[in-house]
Amino acid sequence: MPTPIIDADRCKGCELCVFACPERVLEMSPNINAKGYFFPDVARVEDCTGCRYCLLVCPDTAVQV
Amino acid sequence: MRTDGLTEKPTTYCPGCTHGVIHRLVGEVIAEMGVRQHTVGVAPVGCSVLAYDFFNCDMQQASHGRAMAVATGIKRGRPDLVVFTYQGDGDLASIGMAETVHAANRGEKITVIFVNNAIYGMTGGQMAPTTLPGQIATTCPTGRDVSLAGYPIRVAELLATLRTPAYLARVSVHEPKAIMNAKKAIRKAFKFQIDKTCFSLVEVVSTCPTGWGQQPHEACEWLEEHMLPYFPLGDVKTPEAAH
Repeated sequence: MPTPIIDADRCKGCELCVFACPERVLEMSPNINAKGYFFPDVARVEDCTGCRYCLLVCPDTAVQV
Repeated sequence: MRTDGLTEKPTTYCPGCTHGVIHRLVGEVIAEMGVRQHTVGVAPVGCSVLAYDFFNCDMQQASHGRAMAVATGIKRGRPDLVVFTYQGDGDLASIGMAETVHAANRGEKITVIFVNNAIYGMTGGQMAPTTLPGQIATTCPTGRDVSLAGYPIRVAELLATLRTPAYLARVSVHEPKAIMNAKKAIRKAFKFQIDKTCFSLVEVVSTCPTGWGQQPHEACEWLEEHMLPYFPLGDVKTPEAAH
């Protein structure tokens, strides 16, 4: 099953992946990373279709699928 | 996901800045084409000034606007190398316009990645030659007045008027499909250089959420709504269509 993997420490919290996901799989976490940015959580992994939109829009190479 | 073309270092760009996407695409292309070991990038002044930390190939720093002049020297000295420049709009279209036009006119076999975000990013959001009519910037707080500052320069179309064969394309990185098309155009541009066909320039319409004062996703929508009608996407000139 496709699963987005977020490298939280590379993330700058821009939320582009959250808006790009057509299935609304990602949600911003209430926690912050080492740099002080909020990062996305994989909230509904069962909805992921593996389209890789999150990976494509991420400017910080923080997403793998 | 990072390929061999980029170093492990996280970029220093603002959150949501599409520079990161363009870096990744260029890194992916040079890694996938197997030319990383003999590629030299030239980064001049602007947000891209620290690009030498992020691209995993040899890099050279140029003075403001002069990247194509430096790239010309590298390419003529070592024609076996793959040489690309990575320039912003304030750099390429303003202070470096002379170098840009003449490098294209000489038909230097280099690849230019031109990041057009309609503003000077690094210096704090001043008006650039590509700032849209009515767009607010720190040096035009009531919006760009075309009677004083003229209309934005369409660099790809301007260079297309030169007779020298060239590959000129405009792409965008505001949504996934556009990003995939951008990668295709960048790959094509490098291919034309490697085949010693012509000068190649890919203009990437990009966002500057900090300079524009918008959330990153709003900036992508603003780009689609306001920039794309003025900067249409697609191949502007191909070497076969030289007149």
